[in-house]
Amino acid sequence: MKKFLTSTVAVSALALMLGMTSARAEHAVDPNAKPGGAITITYKDDVATLDPAIGYDWQNWSMIKSLFDGLMDYEPGTTNLRPDLAESYEIAPDGKTFTFKLRQGVKFHNGREMTADDVKYSLDRVTNPKTQSPGAGFFGSIKGHDEVAAGKAESLSGVTVVDPYTIKFELTRPDATFLHVMAINFSHVVPKEEVEKYGADFGKHPVGTGAFKFAEWTLGQRVVFERNPDYWHKGLPHLDKISFEIGQEPIVALLRLQKGEIDVLGDVIPPAKFQEVMADPEQKARVVEGGQLHTGYITMNTTMAPFDNAKVRQAVNMAINKDRIVQLINNRAVPANQPLPPSMPGYDKEFKGYPYDVAKAKALLAEAGHPDGFDTQLFAMNTDPNPRIAQAIQQDLAAVGIKASIQSLAQANVIAAGGDKAGAPMIWSGGMAWIADFPDPSNFYGPILGCAGAVPGGWNWSWYCNKDLDAKAAEADSIVDPAKSAERARMWSAIYGKIMEDAPWAPVFNEQRFTMKSTRMGGADNLYVDPVHIPINYDNVYVTDVQ
Amino acid sequence: MIAYLGRRVIQSVLILLGVSLITFALLYLLPADPVRQIAGRSATPETVENIRRQLGLDQPFFIQYWHYLISLLSGDLGRSYIQRSEVTELIISRLPASLLLMVGAILCELAIGLTMGLVAAVRRGTATDQTLMVASFVGVSTPQFVVGLLLLYVFAVQLGWFPIGGYGTWRHLVLPSLTMGILGAGWYARMMRSSMIDVLRQDYMRTARAKGLARGAIIFRHALPNAILPVIAMIGIDIGIFMGGIVVVESVFGWPGIGQLAWQAIQRVDIPIIMGVTLVSAFAIVLGNLLADTVAPFIDPRIKLR
Repeated sequence: MKKFLTSTVAVSALALMLGMTSARAEHAVDPNAKPGGAITITYKDDVATLDPAIGYDWQNWSMIKSLFDGLMDYEPGTTNLRPDLAESYEIAPDGKTFTFKLRQGVKFHNGREMTADDVKYSLDRVTNPKTQSPGAGFFGSIKGHDEVAAGKAESLSGVTVVDPYTIKFELTRPDATFLHVMAINFSHVVPKEEVEKYGADFGKHPVGTGAFKFAEWTLGQRVVFERNPDYWHKGLPHLDKISFEIGQEPIVALLRLQKGEIDVLGDVIPPAKFQEVMADPEQKARVVEGGQLHTGYITMNTTMAPFDNAKVRQAVNMAINKDRIVQLINNRAVPANQPLPPSMPGYDKEFKGYPYDVAKAKALLAEAGHPDGFDTQLFAMNTDPNPRIAQAIQQDLAAVGIKASIQSLAQANVIAAGGDKAGAPMIWSGGMAWIADFPDPSNFYGPILGCAGAVPGGWNWSWYCNKDLDAKAAEADSIVDPAKSAERARMWSAIYGKIMEDAPWAPVFNEQRFTMKSTRMGGADNLYVDPVHIPINYDNVYVTDVQ
Repeated sequence: MIAYLGRRVIQSVLILLGVSLITFALLYLLPADPVRQIAGRSATPETVENIRRQLGLDQPFFIQYWHYLISLLSGDLGRSYIQRSEVTELIISRLPASLLLMVGAILCELAIGLTMGLVAAVRRGTATDQTLMVASFVGVSTPQFVVGLLLLYVFAVQLGWFPIGGYGTWRHLVLPSLTMGILGAGWYARMMRSSMIDVLRQDYMRTARAKGLARGAIIFRHALPNAILPVIAMIGIDIGIFMGGIVVVESVFGWPGIGQLAWQAIQRVDIPIIMGVTLVSAFAIVLGNLLADTVAPFIDPRIKLR
């Protein structure tokens, strides 16, 4: 992120005196990009909704980002935050007040100018329980959130419209993740008049400020976006039109891509065809590989014997042959030794984790009083490749004497078992594993490893609750000053290091993404495996065959 | 006749009520919490309970079922948990595609099945008969996703005659109709063959032959019309088989009908859609059977309504 203090010297000096942090960013455009052209992308599942307050899945995440904007976004293809609808922002020294200056002249697709009132309205809407937003919880640090969540207030008291181009947020605690929260889809800005016009169907008639305008939706068949000619970011988007074809099985979509009928496989390359594609140099050249903010792990219920003994959990960590599991999924992942994925700030490159060591695992089990192992259950989701991975884990466990029977169930049922304290001794997280909502180390802690998630119906399936670490996490998240982000990342590394000592999880692998595209698609590779605009960054890609 | 129809309609309504109760109960018993799904993984317990109240999911089972039935009477199938759209609207938007596929499938199965059955009956006991009957057996037993993928691979990918999945033109319709039709064709070939053999054994056939009528005239003018009627009366019952098949075939071909809608809803545990599609399918099957039974005596006088 390019950072510099607000324009005039006087203001800069004042800001320095007050110890405020402020930032502005200028956005560059790929000089090789050619404007124009249309592309086709396929998806298996229906697009659920294009309402930024509701949409929360693989295919609508980046689509929503192209129709709407938030105060913050990321540099294309990276996890570096930068202002978006905001022109600049300032953070008060106590880390509890954030003030954003908005860009002027940004227009909604209906022609009306976007102002600070729209930002406030959008946040009031997403936190209102009547909206039923799956993202409402992200705004918990804003003053007045609890009253709105409880239905006692209609408006967040901590959000103030200072003037049409200035908005101020007051938080109940310093929150280092707040700028990320202002970049997730749930905080994207919507025009009140359109939301009220369409009501619950706004998600089928989306109107935002984004690079593309919504053009057509034929239910179950096609969604079409067209270029927004009035987009505030001059030079973007490059494409005139994007057609999303829905309901295409990945295997059929791959055949169509090979015939040149479509441009991007929205879903993954079908596992059965993966090796064939990668073995053909011509096809492989069209595949972009990248990391993603994902970790696949085995949870061990720390409240259930014998997993209440850390030695048993450490033994399981040593019993798993991660390399073999990675091979089992055609090397579409890299072995993991800690909860954070490698591309996440706070990932500890020096950390070695538990080695694969059957003898040591057996010794640890004997120390824990289980020289002959024990019987347990391993829950896993029932779609490929998860049952195969669960079997590999089962064999690895058998080698150290642990006899695990596999409970292969539908996703919702595994999630339900994990959220029940007496539900599941072990769970393989595949198919439901954690993909970060935003690129910040705290996102892998609270709901899945912190005490807040260890509640009935929660996502902390190992029911691991360490009050010391909760306090340390709160301390790390109170370091709001971007200049101290390295220090904060180190604090998070230490937290995850301690977690691995207690070993409530056995991290297994970090999935890699493989996006396959047609030969005419242009733009840097990292746009096709964008860590935030998942799966690809529609605003910045282009086609090479236009004049 | 009227009394018979009245009785059948009452029975049909009871069947539909039963289907709705059983499906509702099964989905209610699923160990998956739709509210958690809606609320997302970052929701506080208060938010979760708030949404549960709004959706009325905190009510006892029979109250929930009662509310569902009341809305159903006004044609309201509720709102999808995942897609957040009216289920009625989702189903109506997808019905034309499924109906089109049904027409295509019925044409295919009749054309293929009746021809095969007719030829097999006329050439009874020969190698042709045996080959056709084996083929019909294969058609009946091969899973539809296998047939679908094979047809796609051969006719769309290798030969390029038809598009690789999708919806829009008559060329898109051919392969999915054929996939659906091959299963039905197997059944029709067998029924047509036995019906035709029955007719060919009748005395009036011997009379016709004795009178010196041409073989073609005997088969097409005298035997076929009599043999085909009981077979045609089966089309209503086909709807049940059809409803089972569309889930698979529509998914393979990316056909935007209610089968695909059901498949996606099942994968995401979108309960209102699963409920809605099940009820619409049950309604179609019940209606199909009712029509088949009502029409049968007009087509085949040997059948009497009681």
